[in-house]
Amino acid sequence: MRPTGPFLFRALGDVGGTILVVALLAVAVLVPVLNNLPPDSAFFIPNYVVPLAGKYLCFSLLALSVDLVWGFAGILSLGHGAFFALGGYAMGMHLMREIGTRGVYRDPILPDFMVFLNWKELPWYWYGFDSFWFAALMVVVVPGALAFVFGWFAFRSRVTGVYLSIITQALTFALMLAFFRNNFGFGGNNGLTDFKDVLGFNIQAKSTRAALFAMSAIALALGYILCRLLISSRFGRVLIAVRDAESRTRFLGYRVEHYKLFAFVVSAMLAGIAGALYVPQVGIINPREFSPANSIEIVIWVAVGGRGTLWGAAVGAFVVNYGKTYFTGALPEAWLYVLGALFVGVTLFLPKGIAGTAQEWVGKLWTRTAPKQSLAAQPGVVE
Amino acid sequence: MGHTVMIQALGRLGAAAVLCAALLAAFTFVAPAGAQEAAPAAQEKRDVAELLQALAAGPDFTTKIQATHDLALTGDPRLVPILQAALDGNLYARKSDRLVVIGRESGGMLTLTDPLEEKQIGQAPAGDFERATVNNRLRTVLQTALGALQLAHPDPSKRKASADALFKTPSVEMIEPLKIALTHENNGSAKRALAKALAATELQFAETGEARTKAVATLAAYADPDVRALLTGRIGSIAADAPAEQQQLKAAMTSALADIERTLANWQILGNVLQGVSLGSVLLLAAIGLAITFGVMGIINMAHGEMVMLGAYTTYVVQMTFREYLPGGIDWALLVAIPAAFAVSALVGIAMERGIIRFLYGRPLETLLATWGISLVLQQAVRSVFGPTNMKVSSPAWMSGAIDLAGGVVLTYNRIWIVVFALLVFGLLILIQRRSFFGLQMRAVTQNRRMARSMGIRSGWVDALTFGLGSGIAGMAGVALSQIDNVSPNLGQSYIVDSFMVVVFGGVGNLWGTLVGAFGLGIINKFLEPYAGAVLGKIFVLVAIVLFIQWRPRGLFALKGRAVEV
Repeated sequence: MRPTGPFLFRALGDVGGTILVVALLAVAVLVPVLNNLPPDSAFFIPNYVVPLAGKYLCFSLLALSVDLVWGFAGILSLGHGAFFALGGYAMGMHLMREIGTRGVYRDPILPDFMVFLNWKELPWYWYGFDSFWFAALMVVVVPGALAFVFGWFAFRSRVTGVYLSIITQALTFALMLAFFRNNFGFGGNNGLTDFKDVLGFNIQAKSTRAALFAMSAIALALGYILCRLLISSRFGRVLIAVRDAESRTRFLGYRVEHYKLFAFVVSAMLAGIAGALYVPQVGIINPREFSPANSIEIVIWVAVGGRGTLWGAAVGAFVVNYGKTYFTGALPEAWLYVLGALFVGVTLFLPKGIAGTAQEWVGKLWTRTAPKQSLAAQPGVVE
Repeated sequence: MGHTVMIQALGRLGAAAVLCAALLAAFTFVAPAGAQEAAPAAQEKRDVAELLQALAAGPDFTTKIQATHDLALTGDPRLVPILQAALDGNLYARKSDRLVVIGRESGGMLTLTDPLEEKQIGQAPAGDFERATVNNRLRTVLQTALGALQLAHPDPSKRKASADALFKTPSVEMIEPLKIALTHENNGSAKRALAKALAATELQFAETGEARTKAVATLAAYADPDVRALLTGRIGSIAADAPAEQQQLKAAMTSALADIERTLANWQILGNVLQGVSLGSVLLLAAIGLAITFGVMGIINMAHGEMVMLGAYTTYVVQMTFREYLPGGIDWALLVAIPAAFAVSALVGIAMERGIIRFLYGRPLETLLATWGISLVLQQAVRSVFGPTNMKVSSPAWMSGAIDLAGGVVLTYNRIWIVVFALLVFGLLILIQRRSFFGLQMRAVTQNRRMARSMGIRSGWVDALTFGLGSGIAGMAGVALSQIDNVSPNLGQSYIVDSFMVVVFGGVGNLWGTLVGAFGLGIINKFLEPYAGAVLGKIFVLVAIVLFIQWRPRGLFALKGRAVEV
């Protein structure tokens, strides 16, 4: 929608976005409060739900980052799981250093897996991760830098569409193979786990989990507002033009690759933050996060929620992952059928996803009373 | 028949000569005076069973050694396990009637085997038997006799194996037997192995420096990793302050080693190329169907790997059916599996195209997602039907075995067959595309759909059949891959990234590009492996392809002209 009106309206975008942000702020406060009620209360939220819901919120942020590039720049990245995992590893490295002498081998500096592999000193790329702030910086810098280098090469030589999807898949596949190696220095097959503290607070404690949940909700809300501001700015208009007619935009004099690169880097950083929030809540990060299948699954969250709607992506991630938890618990055999059917069904029958379809219905109601509005924020059938 | 008998007789003659030499040598070194006197040349011929009795329960070791000697002179290959049992302390004689048996002891009971008939004859308490005692002297004689018996084995591959064993553990007693065996040997590869073993033995034990230097010269002609290891070890064992003669030998060995290293390096390159071709043929098989569906039709089929997987499972089912109803024809199950796998995968492919993909033409990213969904469903379906574990698909007899080229390069038959199969499939596909009416229609629809339709081509059917063809070929690839990979529901996933890389690298829409891409990537991968290790090599290749696409976004053999912007 056209960026008019006061800043707040621009930042929230539309009705769906407003509901999302308000709801997120509400749960950020409510869930920790309800978790502290006596267990026999009707509104009590059990302990296991808090990190689980926090995990979903991280996935929502990840889906949001994919929607930014896929929904608005036409870049279908099948490697966003790599940025997520890199952010997660940066955070995991800090948490490993924070274990200190409480590890199995009680080495004050080396994490357990390095002692086990008989390493004598910390590799150089682990320097600095004992500081939380350095690690927090790396959470955005490492995925951002990788996205910059990769995107700079790819967009400059006009690798687009399916080709780009395939090489992003190759990228995450290569990273997965690398992280599976023991001598790569990131714990190999087992990854990083056994965390004790985060910023001095016990990572298992109820209060820490509640705080992490609230931070995830707030991060998702802020991420949404950031994306919305980007999209509704002049930059966002050009980005949408690139998505819909790349050559034409280029001929109009815009440096298409710079726009795409910027969106790609911002998206990778958001994915990195999502990963960093995810790791302390699930307590482990391992190379399977890099697997190409994971990255493709992220795309289906966005497709289910509604490509190019931002808030839809967040909702989609939440819904699909809730479904996954439900089915893998109730009918473990059925989950892959459901997921597969989602991929097929959504592309065939629901190309605009939950959010897009909802907007369409609301739009139909709206047009009876108000003049027609631009639907530029909706990706049509692109390419 | 007569021929065989004659060869056996000749073998026996050779064996006898070898054995005389072996035992003479053994006696000279091990049992100086007494034994030699007790070994007159003209010994009355005794029955093998009687000799065995003497070996197992003879009154003293001199008798036993004599018995071993005479046993070895019979040159009977059946004696090999018996002498081995004596060495291992598994030879027994019954206390009551001195019946000689091979026994395996467990819990106070002996499981008995008749030594000459080689069949089990029941169990008996261990207390009824007496173990054949062995001392060091007898042990050495037994070992020599064993080695000599094996060198005279009628089967050339056994003779070669025993020569190879002697190369690894040379012993001084074997010099003479080896020399004699060498003069009698007329099988090429066994002869080479004997000469190699002899040279290795002489290098270590020959008395004159001259003989040792000669042995080095012989060894220099054998470019294989074992000889390299042997020479490296010997060079290291000669100290810098050793006498001049030793230094001379050292120099000879060093130069021989350099020769061998050079030859081996060349063989290594050949070996890498061959392995690369083998990997390339696997990649080609996996990617060639994709070259049709993705390259020609522009459909991103993420379920391509699952078509391969279905082909592999079809092979499994066909094999099980043969095993059940036609066990005699099991070796030909694979040939039946090829058309069966083609049919299964092609039908699934056509169903996919008609049911889902045709609604998504012109939307490649959506096609990608939908076909990924199909791949998940197919995987889970196979998992539900066959279970998540690996299925065992056996190789037919004509595919097992290997050719042992020199220089440590080994070619297994199944790899060779896969290369041949991949090239055949590729050739067939080119023929279909270039020479058949269906191929003509296929190309017409690809180049200009509307024009083709106006000319009366039913483009919908051509699409379905083309997709079916690509999927069917993937199924045939599955038959080949079932021979070298685990047949599991995840089989396809491991090939999907690789096959896309091949097609993109070779250039979309170009079958020849796929051929070059597959073999190119296979060979590059295998050349990187020795330096970087398998995983890192693969990572390098992936990164290289990512960079390559920056340089040539449309692949190695890009289509030029209007077709590019379709």
